[in-house]
Amino acid sequence: MATLYIDNKPYDPGTGKNLLEACLSLGFDVPYFCWHPSLGSVGACRQCAVKVYKDADDKKGRIIMSCMEPVTDNQRISINDVEAKEFRGHVVEWLMTNHPHDCAVCDEGGSCHLQDMTVMTGHNYRHYTYKKRTYQNQYLGPFINHEMNRCIQCYRCVRFYKDYAGGKDLDAFASRNQVYFGRHEPGTLESEFSGNLAEVCPTGVFTDKTLKEHYTRKWDLTTAPSICQHCSLGCNTIAGERYGELRSITNRYHGKVNGYFLCDRGRFGYGFVNAEGRIRKPRVNEVEADKQQAIEAVKQAIVGQRVIGIGSPRASLQSNFVLKALVGEDRFYHGVSDNTHNLGELVIKILKEGPVRTPSMKEVESADAVLVLGEDLTNTAPMLALSVRQSVRQQPLRHAAASNIAPWNDAAAREFIQEEKGPLYIATVHTTKLDDVATKTFRAAPDEIARLGFAIAHFINPAAPGVNNLSEAEVELAQQIAQKLLEAKQPVVISGTSCESEHIVRAAANVAWALHEKNKQTGIVLTLPESNSMGLALMGGHRLHSALDAILNQHADTVIIMENDLYRHGPASMVDEFLKTCRKVIVLDHTNTPTVEKARIVIPSGTFAESDGVLVNNEGRAQRFFQVYESTDVIQESWRWLLTIGAAIDHPRLAKWKNFEDITRALAQEEPQLKGVDHITPPSSFRMAGGQRIPRESHRYSGRTSMNAGVNVSEPKPPEDPDSSLSYTMEGYRGLAPSQMIPFFWSPGWNSIQSVNKYQDEVGHSLRDGDPGIRLLEPRGTKATYFIGIPEQFVPRKGHLMAVHLHHIYGSEELSAWSPPVATRIPQPYVLLNPVDAEERNLKADDTFHFGIEDQAYAMPVKISPDMPQGVAGLPYGLAGLPYVELPSWCILKTNMSWKKEVYTP
Amino acid sequence: MEKPLTQHMRGDGAPLSLKEYERAGGYQALRKALKEIEPKAVTALVKESNLRGRGGAGFLTGMKWSFVPLNVPKPKYLICNADEMEPGTFKDRILLEQTPHQLIEGMILAAYAIQADQSYVFLRWAYKLAAKVIKQAIDEAYAAGYLGKNILGSGFDLDMHLHTGVGRYMCGEETALLNSLEGKRATPRAKPPFPQISGLFGKPTIVNNVETLCCIPHIVNRGTDWFKNLSPGADAGTKIYGVSGKVKKPGAWELPMTVTMRELIEDYAGGMQDGLKFRGALPGGASTDFLVEEHLDVRMDYTGVAAAGSRLGTGTMIILDDHTSVVGFVRNLEHFFAQESCGFCTPCREGLPWIEKVLRTIEIGEGKPEDIKTLEFHTKYLGPGNTFCALAPGAMEPLQSALKYFRKDFEELIRHKISA
Repeated sequence: MATLYIDNKPYDPGTGKNLLEACLSLGFDVPYFCWHPSLGSVGACRQCAVKVYKDADDKKGRIIMSCMEPVTDNQRISINDVEAKEFRGHVVEWLMTNHPHDCAVCDEGGSCHLQDMTVMTGHNYRHYTYKKRTYQNQYLGPFINHEMNRCIQCYRCVRFYKDYAGGKDLDAFASRNQVYFGRHEPGTLESEFSGNLAEVCPTGVFTDKTLKEHYTRKWDLTTAPSICQHCSLGCNTIAGERYGELRSITNRYHGKVNGYFLCDRGRFGYGFVNAEGRIRKPRVNEVEADKQQAIEAVKQAIVGQRVIGIGSPRASLQSNFVLKALVGEDRFYHGVSDNTHNLGELVIKILKEGPVRTPSMKEVESADAVLVLGEDLTNTAPMLALSVRQSVRQQPLRHAAASNIAPWNDAAAREFIQEEKGPLYIATVHTTKLDDVATKTFRAAPDEIARLGFAIAHFINPAAPGVNNLSEAEVELAQQIAQKLLEAKQPVVISGTSCESEHIVRAAANVAWALHEKNKQTGIVLTLPESNSMGLALMGGHRLHSALDAILNQHADTVIIMENDLYRHGPASMVDEFLKTCRKVIVLDHTNTPTVEKARIVIPSGTFAESDGVLVNNEGRAQRFFQVYESTDVIQESWRWLLTIGAAIDHPRLAKWKNFEDITRALAQEEPQLKGVDHITPPSSFRMAGGQRIPRESHRYSGRTSMNAGVNVSEPKPPEDPDSSLSYTMEGYRGLAPSQMIPFFWSPGWNSIQSVNKYQDEVGHSLRDGDPGIRLLEPRGTKATYFIGIPEQFVPRKGHLMAVHLHHIYGSEELSAWSPPVATRIPQPYVLLNPVDAEERNLKADDTFHFGIEDQAYAMPVKISPDMPQGVAGLPYGLAGLPYVELPSWCILKTNMSWKKEVYTP
Repeated sequence: MEKPLTQHMRGDGAPLSLKEYERAGGYQALRKALKEIEPKAVTALVKESNLRGRGGAGFLTGMKWSFVPLNVPKPKYLICNADEMEPGTFKDRILLEQTPHQLIEGMILAAYAIQADQSYVFLRWAYKLAAKVIKQAIDEAYAAGYLGKNILGSGFDLDMHLHTGVGRYMCGEETALLNSLEGKRATPRAKPPFPQISGLFGKPTIVNNVETLCCIPHIVNRGTDWFKNLSPGADAGTKIYGVSGKVKKPGAWELPMTVTMRELIEDYAGGMQDGLKFRGALPGGASTDFLVEEHLDVRMDYTGVAAAGSRLGTGTMIILDDHTSVVGFVRNLEHFFAQESCGFCTPCREGLPWIEKVLRTIEIGEGKPEDIKTLEFHTKYLGPGNTFCALAPGAMEPLQSALKYFRKDFEELIRHKISA
């Protein structure tokens, strides 16, 4: 054990750290700006100065930057040395010569790292009496606001945006005290991770523009720990409300899932909660009803009827479980297409019955070889793309370490590494934004991608089935990939469901399993379509088509559809027929969808912000989200509505459940695959020291006595939370909340998000009581039973095109698409063709291309890309209004579509 | 008195052609080294010669080279720092413009010693004539087989490129030079890792000053004892000294490193212009501390100048006379340094403009007594180690010594509210 003497007292600093990390991890307050746990050290700001001494006799010492010095054994440093303190004060004084002191009107004011560090250093009197420098600000798009005058030139923004996230359109310009951080010209920031600038920036240069639209001080928000709803990764978030409106989503640090960052879909997709399309009142036969009337109507609709329930991959485990209990196990259907259903079961089978473990995103970051099969990660699971981007640095960082360059010494490590990258192979239909760091890419139709995967598995281990009719180039590539994966210490195979191809997922499993026989550190990551796709798949239930059969064949007559727009999961004609045939359609949802429009009874469900629930991410990690605020309307969780209905009809099971915990306990008992989900967080009876609840509001929360005075001058009693030990008030426990339920990060003297340091066991590592959530899926298998059944070679058919889906971070996901700022980033519908295919049909860019798939006709504007495989046509997935279609599927190319019903024209 | 670096200059300012240089014994050192001396032994020779870097820091050249790992894959780089932008410094310019092959031979020898296969001359943007001269000399050297593949049949390969900068003082700092050469922002790098391990494009690299490299052929040719004996004092070799300011004959001269300030000013620069008195001098360029009358007999070698409280730096002094405002003089220097700050670290980026503004205020008679305090906390805290690189500490040297020796000048302007 090494010893570090800080102001003459011995400490254990741990290993591999720089002095700043060591000091912060030991709980000392050393101010800093340019250092960031994920970005490392560059030594630019000079704020973290301490004194270092040669030995115990050295009384003079010298000033060093703690972020730039590795900890060595028996090192002696002083944080409190007078000169070091004075210097740190001067650093802030220097920064303040140009910082505008506009805290009162700055979005960051009061939750600003610069303010905190200023107070920490003690600088408080301005000696500088000259003019300050000013800049022109830029328009940076709908997500991020720019106010350059506040900049303290810490370089964190470009280091995150360019170096860490691979962005190309933000940089440092000019020199001396004119250094400018922005784009080469005003315009929307292109990176999918731009929102992190608002948290990475230590002051108010880059701020959340969506918060600005309905601004409130961050400490005036009522906040709760939440889980992102916009893909299957389950990033941890903090959601904040004021005046009944959700106002911001910020990162909630998780040492294994999302670390310090979020993607822009996750951060800015929350607008659907406040959107005009929200359902705020029950409707019965298209007439607004009150709660009682609604319950009565549901009661009449279901009592004595043969009722089926359709669940949802975007609803919580609790809501799905209660619906299942209400209608009975035999009558509960997953509201996803059969193909998606099959894929979900396949994923679980691979993760549970196979021998290979699925790693967390943090573990993917430290993978030293990655193979991506089929997924355009930046668009389907963006934060995983960010992890993969870090993974290519693992092997080069080892080389740097061999030359004594520590990974935290960021500029030096990047300089040493240059363009060297560890192995990353990406096989997808079209280009992806990770291609710039890929060793090689492979562009082909889904079946070809699967075949490549099967071939790789075979080359790794001949016990895995081989592939016939591969081209020489494919053999060479598969062999190269096999070799690189075999050479790696910690290889990871990534695939998922977005190609809607079981072949691809099976091929990925074969690769991982073949590797596993040679290397037990192998991991497999499979992404799923929605936030609770995994949870729903683990719960068990029937296929959607059997629900349709049940209705169409008159085995059932009434349907309860929960948080599900069936038009996104099945062909419109089929869904139309289904909804028409049902005697009564009851829909619980939070937003007006095409399905809601067809409902007889509409029940207003809560969004995640108004709900408690558990989601299971693609890693099989069950994670709890907490209600942020109680809706003032009759809006409540689907599960709570269903309990009310259960009580009204005296349902034998539901009537016994009173609250969230009753349900969760039953769920954990009855669903064998979800065992343990009742222990994700402490129970609602849990209290902190002195019997206190954990407040959702900070002690700085203001306006409580007056904010509703326009309605009633008496301050209303705050709502009681029956489902958790969080309270809806400022009062309660003031210390650090348990890691499983942190409503906001705050520590004395640390008012910004940087206070997360205080919640970790070591800076940049796990939260103090462990990272939240429990993993439900650990591999049971020891030996692989390889998948056989390799798809036929894809041969472009003369006069035909194979249509496949292409995913978009903005637009392909249902909920975020209703968020106004996200909506501005959604592409127009298109069909993407290879130039040869386009020319063959005499099509130029923007021409209208007429084609049909199944019984749907399309007339779509053409886009052309040489990176699109020949014989394949790309259609954007899930854009609002674009009809559901199951792909990959052959397009029927007819110019005359008059025999079709309705032609889809964007 | 031997003048190895300048003895063969034509005297008309034109460059020595390849032929002329060869006739004067040029490239003999290279022939000798490639034939007879192991790379390691060249480094040992330079170490033994006690040659110290002439760029300003005075680090032992052979020592610097010895940190380059020899048995690592190529590329490795040898870079000549010809970004001579220190105010008052023009010694490299003479060598660049008049004896380009001496530099090129020195570079090839240095590259051979560290087994580099790529070399660059990083040249100051404003040295247009030097650019032309060096370019032509490189072409001549290639044509004569001194550069390129299998140099003189030795099996040693070396390419050489001329890179002209864009006129940033910062690029004279060796790591900022490397970043600039890579096409990045000219900000310095933290050390360690040193360029010998991770330099240009992350590969082992040596950066040497023009004058330093010009010494190498002579050391190889004539041996270390001869080189050491050029100066009978502690330091080895000759040095090109310069004097600028209001002297009768400003200029540069190659001299043994035993010359005193007084000799330089009076014997070589012809003394102060009529009617002007010597008040002080920056002995080694703008970023060195003032020396004053009491130091006139200080020997202009590394130890002598250091003992007097300044640095030999580039060995080119700027004279301050009694008719020039000290505050204005220093303000002008600080203006330069503030302009040339790369903007990477806080103290330099924000501190230097503040200093400049304070000095300007004092200069125009609007200074306040507390302004001196502001200047002083900067001279204290913009020291080495506190800032990221040596630019700001260098900028503090003339200021801190001006406050020491000419404090009255500051105080009087403030007290009487008069402009300088």
